Amino acid sequence: MARINVNPTRMELKKLKARLKTAQRGHKLLKDKTDEMVRRFAVIVRETKRLHDEVEAEVVDVLRQFSLASGSMSKKEIALAFSMPSVSLELECATANILNLEIPKLHLKETQGEEYPYSFARVTSEADLAVAAAGRLVSRLLRLAEMEKATAMLADEIEKSKRRVNALEYIMIPDIEETIRYISQKLEENERAGLTRLMKVKSMLEERGA
Amino acid sequence: MNGKMAVIGEGDGVLVFQSVGMDAFTAEDAPAAARILKEIAERYRVIFVTDVLAAQLEEEIGRYASQAYPIVVPIPSVNGGNGYGAELLRRQSERALGMDILFRGEQGAGDRPDGEDNAR
Repeated sequence: MARINVNPTRMELKKLKARLKTAQRGHKLLKDKTDEMVRRFAVIVRETKRLHDEVEAEVVDVLRQFSLASGSMSKKEIALAFSMPSVSLELECATANILNLEIPKLHLKETQGEEYPYSFARVTSEADLAVAAAGRLVSRLLRLAEMEKATAMLADEIEKSKRRVNALEYIMIPDIEETIRYISQKLEENERAGLTRLMKVKSMLEERGA
Repeated sequence: MNGKMAVIGEGDGVLVFQSVGMDAFTAEDAPAAARILKEIAERYRVIFVTDVLAAQLEEEIGRYASQAYPIVVPIPSVNGGNGYGAELLRRQSERALGMDILFRGEQGAGDRPDGEDNAR
């Protein structure tokens, strides 16, 4: 523990006492914030995991279905058939605020077009299935994206805030306390020194008078 | 504020997402994917990257971690996921809580003795 390098004066003592008060208050607030973030994180991360597993399985299904479909077509045909989107998706992006952390909030606005973006003559029915399944998946994929980002940001923030709490608790506050102790000891010592000097002077004067 | 979605993947598989309104980009390897990602990060709000590529692009993706957008999410490819997405979640929970609350039950207790994760 290191003492802060200040002059041992009453002025500094007063300043340090104010700083200690602020630090303690800040520590308490930050700690409360971290606790709440950890609690929320535990909830969110479980839900994200569940959604992640579900969506992952479905994405694999869609992709398998699609590769089945595309197996019977040439590369050029595929690119041609799927290059036009059937629906135009409008994504509304906003941010929500949890514990002063800006997390993304997505809202999907779907403007329905034709259901399948290609002519039926050229594409097999497996592709229809894949496209339909992918369409159903979009909103959940977005929900997953939103949740994963929130988890990541929250984890990051928790780490930072934990570090701050620890810095306050184990470095800043003990340092200030030690300095305060040092200054008040020094002041007391000065006082005692002054007192003894007075007593000494008095006894010397008495000796001379006698 | 409106935005668009994009998919980056290594095969033709990602084309299926094009038919539901996302923009698909194919990248054969990680450096190509990194280039695409850098190029489109400004224009798209949500970018899905197949997990094989995402695992190799950790640094590039990490650059967007601290801001709300763009959101970069790993998705599995045709051959099934390689567990990168789950690995990310596990790592985050370890960072935030000091331990892993998601997968402890699933893995054998042998290779993950209690307390080892908690040491910080």
